[in-house]
Amino acid sequence: MAEKILRTTLLFMALAVLCYAAAAAEGDRLKLATTTSLQDTGLLDVIKQKFDEKYNVSLDVISGGTGIAIQYGERGDVDVLMVHDKERELKFIKDGHGLERRCIAYNYYTFLGPEDDPAGISGMNASAALATIMEKGNADPGEIAFVSRGDNSGTHGREKLLWKKAGYNYSQVNTSGPWYIEAGQGMGATLNMANEKQAYTLSDMSTFMAYQGNLTLVPLIEGGADLLNVYVAMAVNPKKHPGVNCELANEFINFLVSDEGQQLIADYGLEKFGQPIFSPAKGNCALIGCSDVECAVPTSASCAAA
Amino acid sequence: MEEIWNGFLRALELIVTLNPEVVEITTRSLTISLSSAFLAALVCIPLGGLIEFRRFRGKRMLINVVQTLYSLPTVTVGLLVFLLISRSGPLGGFGLLFTPPGMILGQALLVSPIMIGLTITALAAVSPQIKDTAKSLGATELQIIITVIKEARQAVVAALLLGFGRALSEVGVAMMIGGNIRGYTRVLTTSIALETSMGNLELSMALGMILISISLVINLLLNRFQGR
Repeated sequence: MAEKILRTTLLFMALAVLCYAAAAAEGDRLKLATTTSLQDTGLLDVIKQKFDEKYNVSLDVISGGTGIAIQYGERGDVDVLMVHDKERELKFIKDGHGLERRCIAYNYYTFLGPEDDPAGISGMNASAALATIMEKGNADPGEIAFVSRGDNSGTHGREKLLWKKAGYNYSQVNTSGPWYIEAGQGMGATLNMANEKQAYTLSDMSTFMAYQGNLTLVPLIEGGADLLNVYVAMAVNPKKHPGVNCELANEFINFLVSDEGQQLIADYGLEKFGQPIFSPAKGNCALIGCSDVECAVPTSASCAAA
Repeated sequence: MEEIWNGFLRALELIVTLNPEVVEITTRSLTISLSSAFLAALVCIPLGGLIEFRRFRGKRMLINVVQTLYSLPTVTVGLLVFLLISRSGPLGGFGLLFTPPGMILGQALLVSPIMIGLTITALAAVSPQIKDTAKSLGATELQIIITVIKEARQAVVAALLLGFGRALSEVGVAMMIGGNIRGYTRVLTTSIALETSMGNLELSMALGMILISISLVINLLLNRFQGR
């Protein structure tokens, strides 16, 4: 009896492996590495639905921090990236890993904190607010704390930039005292932690709105060039990583920048949260600092291998 | 704490209504972990037999190393396998990263130390008379190994069960190698991690209960057929 069961299960296993092999050999899967802040909002689920249907393919979304997303791109493990860290994007292209930068969407980071704002930073400039929190947090860490993504993400990168503008070396900041809490997790998890501790934190608007129902934190600083958050798509360069699906990656980017794609982005959130949580790049290029050649226009680089 | 009770109710609801996404990830969890357990068994049980029955220099040390690897951290195995099958890695050409076959490979490697080690333990416990009798009846080395394995089959199936259990409940390998891709590589454990990080604690709890009940059912089934 046991032999029969084992034999059947072995057969089942062999069939399962064959099925997976067949499915994998299908070939029409596009691997997208993106950031948790983008994925957690649910926008990519909507985009995937439309894209999969239109092109009869499967968009596989792998989300992590910007750090690992860039890594995946540098290793050729994915076909296209959607991230939001200009410095790292430019480096990615410069090092030959990416084909081109295309600005897709934007929103703003928001500085969140407890309703009673113990550090009194409401309406301040973001960098000045951070400096104030540090000063007051060192004096009274039980009362005033800041939760950082601490995970090398795009949001974390922006936070570090703001500290730099405030005149601090980041290594001074994250060793400064117990008021500074490094979550080491995605935006959603970080928001939950900040909420739990009634601490200040930096978040992108979209994730905040997606989680707003569960939080008592409120936006204390909003808008301004300092807090601008631009999402960019980049296809991985097939000359450096021959296995990537470059044609499909370019089709995906072209879909994102098309009128249909941009409208999808502009509308996302209306149903779910009562207001859109992203703004399309198209028509706002000057505002978001994207040049004409990279702002919501179709891809121009060919996929032909060198 | 009410999340636990609500989670239990939610689990019942998901099971009774056969929620399609839950069915999908549960099936995938089972297929991947069963496949990896059997793949590992295919290699490790004979290997365990060979190690137990041969005498060679460093045998004791090899067994020690195998036993140390029982508690290999799953994220470490995940990272190692990731480096192995990443496009920039030595086995990159096979395109296994972020696919179910890649996860099967990763989990098979994860549970191999357990399977090898417990097979060795199981076989060592078999009375040497069996081996001697088989030998005296003119059996080849392979036939002796098979005979002793048959004799120890309860313990060997226990090893298989433990390996399967480990594969089914681990997150590290599934997350790093699979990438938790919705509709493709998402499984029960990675879903639980995701839903928890999103704050959906009830759903997380429900999925956890489903995972436990699956383990229970499989264990019961295998136990029934394990007895002589």
